[in-house]
Amino acid sequence: MVLNMLTGSQAVAWAARLARVDYIPAYPITPQTEIIEILSEWVRKGEMDAMFVQMESEHSLLTAAGTAAATGARVFTATSSQGLLYGFEMLYNIAGWRAPLVLVNVARALAAPITLEPDHNDVLAARDSGFLQFHTENVQEALDLVLLAYRVAEDHRVLLPAIVNIDGFHLSYTRERVDLPEQSAVDEFLPEYKPVNPIRASAPVAKGTPVLIPPLYSFFKYQMHMASRNALNVFRDAAKEFERIFSRTYAPVEEYMLDDADTVIVMSNSFTSIGKQAVNAMRGEGYKVGLLKIRLFRPFPTDDIIKSLRGKRCVVVIDQNISVGKGGIICPEIAEALYHLEDRPKVILPVIAGLGGKSISLEEIKHAVKVADRLASLRAGPDGPLLLFREDEAMLVESLLKLASGG
Amino acid sequence: MSIIKYKTLKDVPKEEFLVSGTPLCAGCGALLVMRLFHKALGGDVVWVNAAGCVTLMATFPYTPLRSSWFYVAMPSAPAGAQGIRDALDILIKKGKLDPAENLKVVVITGDGAASDIGLQATSGAIHRGLDFFYLCVDNEAYGNTGFQASSSSPMGSGTATTKPTHLYPAGNILPKKDLFEIWRSHRPPYVATISPSHVIDMLRKVEKSLNFKGPKLFLALSPCPTGWGAETSESVKLARLAVETGIWPLKEAVYGEVTHTYIPLKRRPVEDYLKVQRRFAHLFKPVKNESVIAEIQKQVDEYWSKVER
Repeated sequence: MVLNMLTGSQAVAWAARLARVDYIPAYPITPQTEIIEILSEWVRKGEMDAMFVQMESEHSLLTAAGTAAATGARVFTATSSQGLLYGFEMLYNIAGWRAPLVLVNVARALAAPITLEPDHNDVLAARDSGFLQFHTENVQEALDLVLLAYRVAEDHRVLLPAIVNIDGFHLSYTRERVDLPEQSAVDEFLPEYKPVNPIRASAPVAKGTPVLIPPLYSFFKYQMHMASRNALNVFRDAAKEFERIFSRTYAPVEEYMLDDADTVIVMSNSFTSIGKQAVNAMRGEGYKVGLLKIRLFRPFPTDDIIKSLRGKRCVVVIDQNISVGKGGIICPEIAEALYHLEDRPKVILPVIAGLGGKSISLEEIKHAVKVADRLASLRAGPDGPLLLFREDEAMLVESLLKLASGG
Repeated sequence: MSIIKYKTLKDVPKEEFLVSGTPLCAGCGALLVMRLFHKALGGDVVWVNAAGCVTLMATFPYTPLRSSWFYVAMPSAPAGAQGIRDALDILIKKGKLDPAENLKVVVITGDGAASDIGLQATSGAIHRGLDFFYLCVDNEAYGNTGFQASSSSPMGSGTATTKPTHLYPAGNILPKKDLFEIWRSHRPPYVATISPSHVIDMLRKVEKSLNFKGPKLFLALSPCPTGWGAETSESVKLARLAVETGIWPLKEAVYGEVTHTYIPLKRRPVEDYLKVQRRFAHLFKPVKNESVIAEIQKQVDEYWSKVER
């Protein structure tokens, strides 16, 4: 075991290297650039036996990534935000081709207004594409989940591409202590990719052909859904194997101080660490509060969520994203998972926080917990999502608006 | 090239890689070009396709091809070719794939994908020196969606979105984008125009291109009976008229150096080509639009005046 101080970008680059990927098509976008700079250098120095190609757009990079995976190469790539959206058409295509590859999305909020820091509207836009989605909280998890993602995606019961999300800046450029796995251990964990019906001279195939008979379309589309559902158990089994080899445990969700909790905060990705700090602080003040982290977002781990949240009094879902005109994207999925339970929570509070990388303070989280508690006492439902926004931030915004208007 | 394999039509290879039974229209120029083009390429081919008429060739569960096919997406067939080419190369290099499994990677798109939505991906692939073939079958409009104008539609043609009206008597008022020159400006090893009417010229060009590693790009005139408004049996004749009027010059460029492979000794007037197609009918009826026809003729004459004889 070697302990290293790595950024999130370095960690996922290492994961690609340890996975012995064959092909890396790339296109730069902040804050993903460090990943492709590292990989291109390793390939150019001959330290990685892979091909690195800089494409002319994300649409092309995703196209090349998908066709290369369909041809039998193990493919790694990374993008972010506008890049993911620019290549969006291809996400659905790659999934439909059943071409397993791993795409790291370095989360960054979407324009307009154009910005750099993260929220999850980019990665969640790909929610329905057929890509598996792994959301990571820290640098070690980012590295490990790339390895797990290959194992699950390439499994013939799944054969779907995967996105591993790391938050821009907060993970991509943050250095943490990482246990860098040995190559031999990764080789033991990750078997060689065995493509299904790859393009070969000896066995001509027609791929991506139009399906103009609606029942056929329904059939193929639902096959993808079932394959994605298969990924739940494939992931669990792979995680067991991962734990055996690397002594680190990954479940579809992560429970934090949940056992005796009345109120559970639901979060995902790097800001979950702030949520855990808030739980610690509130525990010190006597609040019976815990946290549930969503790690595997697609396939959606409904059973795990039910197991963790049934019987709780309040659930506070902090969505670091916004479906404009509705609210958070994850909250309705949590609510749907719990709806039919007799012992469902009294309150499921939708919270919007951290858009564009706005920090979430302990006080804001505490406020949300208090709001949920009050609603539960009143036997009332929430009136739309609760936006977490501090007074000092409001004052800052006001002063900048004044500047903009020349006042 | 010391030996020229193709001299007369008798030299056209007998082996068929694109067999009968496709949903494409009768008289489709693209189909004819693909069939001949494939003969010169041989069978170890994967076609990479962008959305267009030809996409319907392989419709699940059928394919008329004895080679492989990959429909990708409208804007990015060249990038799809990149992924396949690179994957084959790296897998062979790493010893994971038998070199006997290697394939020629051939992009096949219409003019809309080539000149409009896919131009960026094409430029990227050529710039990167990708070892691939690109066959653009140019029917001068978006045929598959009902013949709307593309940037490859010629000035004076009527399309579903450039219908001649009293305000626009010429129909399409924009010039045809010069894709040959756009491709050539990248200085790829090989660029050529071809026509289904000039089979030996086509086969020789494919044969010649096989000597080059890198982008090998072909722009084929593709008469379209439904869009152009002509009998299905007239496609080859129309293609020949396009060549004989000088509207469709047959040429090639090796690393950017242009050679015309066929120079009509006496060019026929463009009118001969225009008047037999419904898409130009408004130039002749109810009154003859002399100025537009003269403008088309002038452009052709100007082009050939610069061609060295």
